[in-house]
Amino acid sequence: MEIPSEQPIDQGPMLVLDNAEDVTRLGDRLAGVKLIVLNFPKFTDGRAYSQARLLRERMGYTGELRAAGQVYIDQIPFMLRCGFDSFASAQKGFAEALAKARTLFSVVYQPTGDGRTTVNQLRLQHRRSAAA
Amino acid sequence: MPDTHFYRYDDYDRALVGERVAQFRDQVRRRLAGELTEEQFKPLRLTNGLYLQLHAYMLRIAIPYGTLSSRQLRQLAAIARKYDRGYGHFTTRQNLQLHWIRLEDAPDAIAMLAEVDMHSIQTSGNCVRNTTADHFAGAAIDEIEDPRVWCEIVRQWSTLHPEFSFLPRKFKIAITGSPNDRAAVRVHDIGLRLWKNACDEVGFEVIVGGGLGRTPMIGKTIREFLPKDELLAYLEATLRVYNRYGRRDNLFKARIKILVHEIGAERMREEVEAEYAAMRDSALKLSPETVEAIARQFAPPVLRPRRTRVPEVEAMKLENRAFALWLKSNVAPHRVPGHAIVTASLKPAGAPPGDASSAQMEGVADIADAWSHGEIRVSHEQNLVLPHVAIESLPEVYRALEKLGFAEANVGKITDIIACPGLDYCALANARSIPVAQRISNHFAELARQHDIGDLKIKISGCINACGHHHVGHIGILGVDKNGVELYQLSLGGDVDFGKTALGTILGPAVESDKVVEAVEAMVATYLGARRPGERFVDTYRRIGAQPFKERVYGNS
Ligand code: SF4
Repeated sequence: MEIPSEQPIDQGPMLVLDNAEDVTRLGDRLAGVKLIVLNFPKFTDGRAYSQARLLRERMGYTGELRAAGQVYIDQIPFMLRCGFDSFASAQKGFAEALAKARTLFSVVYQPTGDGRTTVNQLRLQHRRSAAA
Repeated sequence: MPDTHFYRYDDYDRALVGERVAQFRDQVRRRLAGELTEEQFKPLRLTNGLYLQLHAYMLRIAIPYGTLSSRQLRQLAAIARKYDRGYGHFTTRQNLQLHWIRLEDAPDAIAMLAEVDMHSIQTSGNCVRNTTADHFAGAAIDEIEDPRVWCEIVRQWSTLHPEFSFLPRKFKIAITGSPNDRAAVRVHDIGLRLWKNACDEVGFEVIVGGGLGRTPMIGKTIREFLPKDELLAYLEATLRVYNRYGRRDNLFKARIKILVHEIGAERMREEVEAEYAAMRDSALKLSPETVEAIARQFAPPVLRPRRTRVPEVEAMKLENRAFALWLKSNVAPHRVPGHAIVTASLKPAGAPPGDASSAQMEGVADIADAWSHGEIRVSHEQNLVLPHVAIESLPEVYRALEKLGFAEANVGKITDIIACPGLDYCALANARSIPVAQRISNHFAELARQHDIGDLKIKISGCINACGHHHVGHIGILGVDKNGVELYQLSLGGDVDFGKTALGTILGPAVESDKVVEAVEAMVATYLGARRPGERFVDTYRRIGAQPFKERVYGNS
């Protein structure tokens, strides 16, 4: 899909970033941005996962974060965990898969910015309530 | 459930592995229904351990930190019998490979793994692979701390890591808890070495960018001492730097070692430290409770000190020469007096290195139940280890292993060969590895001679990808293809012992397949003629250099 770079859209300004871009240096360019599009030129090129987490967890970006390019069903659980909340995918069945993706894995090990409680946190809660 | 002395899944771990099986079952269904192209399916099956080889699919099963219960080993035997041809191949990375799996059966095979708290997740593909450890962990006399506690912490953290599932290339981590590294930490993408500093604190030395393959490199230390509770933050920082900056333009330059080589260890350290500075004291920091809860599960079996000199053992030593040799080569000291660590050699004369039939696996499981607290280890030398055997039981254990064909007294010797699957299975191979190993093994089968030759590690790879670790063999053998002819390049002087990790040097022109045994014989003869008392093959080589070996192998012309 083709998204023109830095064109204002309805919700406000957007950024379309190459996956080699160092998002920690965006600085002022992030101000007022409502949509950021990160690119997967190949689905096996995972750089945008790191960009997404840095944007969410380090740069404090709270707007829409869209995955574009080769975006397939089986990447959704990873993408959700890294902070993507919108997807440009033409794959058949994608919408159904997206609806199910959040519950595909009931447990997660890694703390990311997605707010899910990790296994270690659950274990700690469990132990502490058992001890109390 | 029998007692185990290592980590057992809790309901969370079990839920995740179960859900992963369901996900994979659906992926296979979609592939078979044509909803997924092979290109789309490939990374999915790879990260479930399913690899397409020359003749069939291969399933690579993770054996985390090389530790197995007898129950798990029996289940592996059952899977091999049901879905394969009744045998499996233990690899240099503490995995088990089944080489004849049908795609349709793979989800069921993986479901059987989940029944015994095992999986094949991330045993292939460009992600964080099975974390390997010292196969003597928890029993070794020289151990500072059990590295498996940390391997398990890394296993959980790396499993389905959302950020690092599409790395530039595969990523291998190894951890050792002993000064005598038995996990080859300097030839891994990340090697971690537990050590005690002057303040009596234990932490990690972090070594990055080692690896074999077509560009062998020895890892560089980027952190002398990392507090243990910061391990995951530091790993995440390192992986993030790699994910962002590792090369993706060229498959052969995509490993982290190339990044470290290109930007330099110093710059790598700066990048990782900067990222780490932003991550330390985050949710990744390990709470003492979390670490203790895992460490508790690795509590060793309660072993009471026993007799160290046992008359029956001494008597058998005098009567049975093979047993006496076996005690020397296959039995290592245990930290509890009166106990020993026994290595079952999966390299009987003339056999393919690392292969075990289902019946043999079950036999080893029985031995472990009877004499080793139900525990088995897989070594990166492709042998099985019984970690907790009482010295007084050694005669019985020896006889039982003998019945299985696993009592060859050759651990660390010239026939304890590491070989990759090579052209018999592997689509990437230039040449066969296993038949070459078998010929060398047959030629040097005589045990007394092997013990006279002493420690000598031969490692064979069927192509430059170096799965047989030929670069670090005292003698390395690499299959090359010259106009359709399988030739073998010989190298000398590699080593993986800690502190002296070294890469071998190519000896001269590659030789034909039927000349390999002769060449090895010539190298051995050179050593035997020149050695000084106490010198191993590789020591003599270091002292006298390659020239005498060269002359003997290729003649003076
Ligand atoms: S070294 Fe080459 S031939 Fe051997 S298993 Fe690896 S890729 Fe295959």
